[in-house]
Amino acid sequence: MTERMTIRLEVNGRAVSCEVEPRTHLIDFLRDSLQIKGARVGCEHGVCGACTVRLDGRMVRGCLVLAVQAQNARVETIEGASDRGDLAELQAAFHARNALQCGFCTAGMLIAAAELIEQKPHASRDEIRKFMSGNYCRCTGYQAIVDAIEDVLEARLQRTSAPVASC
Amino acid sequence: MKAAAFDYVRPRDIAQVFALLEEYGDEARIIAGGQTLLATLNMRLSEPQLLIDIGALNELRGISVSGDRLRIGALVTHAQIEDSDLVRRHAPLLSEVAPHVAHRAIRNLGTFGGSIAFADPAAEWPACLVALRGWVIVSGADGERRIQADDFFLDLYTTALQPGEVILACEVPVETAASNHQFDELVRRHGDYAIVGAAVTGSMAATGLIENPRVVFLGTGNVPERARAVETLLETTALTVDTAAEFADALDIEPAADLYHSAQTKLHLSRVVLKRLLCKFAEARIEGRHEGDKHD
Repeated sequence: MTERMTIRLEVNGRAVSCEVEPRTHLIDFLRDSLQIKGARVGCEHGVCGACTVRLDGRMVRGCLVLAVQAQNARVETIEGASDRGDLAELQAAFHARNALQCGFCTAGMLIAAAELIEQKPHASRDEIRKFMSGNYCRCTGYQAIVDAIEDVLEARLQRTSAPVASC
Repeated sequence: MKAAAFDYVRPRDIAQVFALLEEYGDEARIIAGGQTLLATLNMRLSEPQLLIDIGALNELRGISVSGDRLRIGALVTHAQIEDSDLVRRHAPLLSEVAPHVAHRAIRNLGTFGGSIAFADPAAEWPACLVALRGWVIVSGADGERRIQADDFFLDLYTTALQPGEVILACEVPVETAASNHQFDELVRRHGDYAIVGAAVTGSMAATGLIENPRVVFLGTGNVPERARAVETLLETTALTVDTAAEFADALDIEPAADLYHSAQTKLHLSRVVLKRLLCKFAEARIEGRHEGDKHD
């Protein structure tokens, strides 16, 4: 039989040490071992994006990373990112635009949208759709999600281009 | 689904990888980014005894230029290629193709070397490597060897990589002022495996002939597939926006049907892609000439 391995990593700012089976993927580890259940288990083969979490600051598919591969890494889930206030603007926009119904995809959508905003601050609607294409939503038809992300991008651009008041 | 049980090791040096491959043979699988392997493990399409994680081998990282070659370490991720200025300057085809490789969350971990080693005929990088006349640098217990991309992809998921060998890096010739390239693919959802796609490379002559053309398809056969009849036409007949359609009609590959598309549909779609690419190629030539005029 295979040996369980002890891994040490940081999850949502907290040091964690835990024994896992090598075959356990990151999302099962987060949900079952740590009871952090914001990110969902969807297709388990990298297609749906419901399990999107951050690994060392970049979004990844939680089902396509083994927990043992996250040794010494920094993992952040929707809980951590949300508590830090990192997603507040996107969350408000998703709420305002009704960009979720059942909510199953939302954790992944928000993490993906946050990476889009960071990397493509000037993204057009078409570019938003392309970037977000890795995350399935079976409720909204995507229109409202694209609207919400577009709202945040526009608001940010307006803020950066607004004249700075002199003292 | 959940993966079957396996053991996991993360060697610190490559000699240990060779030793483990020797010991476990077919029962071991190398994991790099794992973006294909994890899916096959979860689906139990593959049930190895041992996963050898090569992620700690830092010598397999990094993008560099030496002489007239751009070297991409096996562990360089698709996202690193997408974001690299060095790649944009010296192998812009790869920069343009990178956003088509799966989705950003997958590109953040998936590696160039992994894609080449897996040799999925529907993947973008094998076709690009053939279109750019690249090399695959591999190493085993007996030392290193360089394999031309043309000789690397042998059959469905089958490469010239011998048991016990590992890909260290890939190299492509750096782009010259005369070289041009185009890439496009048809896909149901952006980032999914393409129905068909193609890369066209070559140097444009003032006559409209293309020197050293390569037309390479993905998603049509068991390996990246060169459209040799079209390549010959490009070498011998001037390409213009008006002749692009005729050239595309000359496409003589025989794509295999997939779950959703008949062979006939795939051939049609291959011609659609090729016509678009050749039009863009011809337009780039015209634009290039006009730009040249301005400098005169």
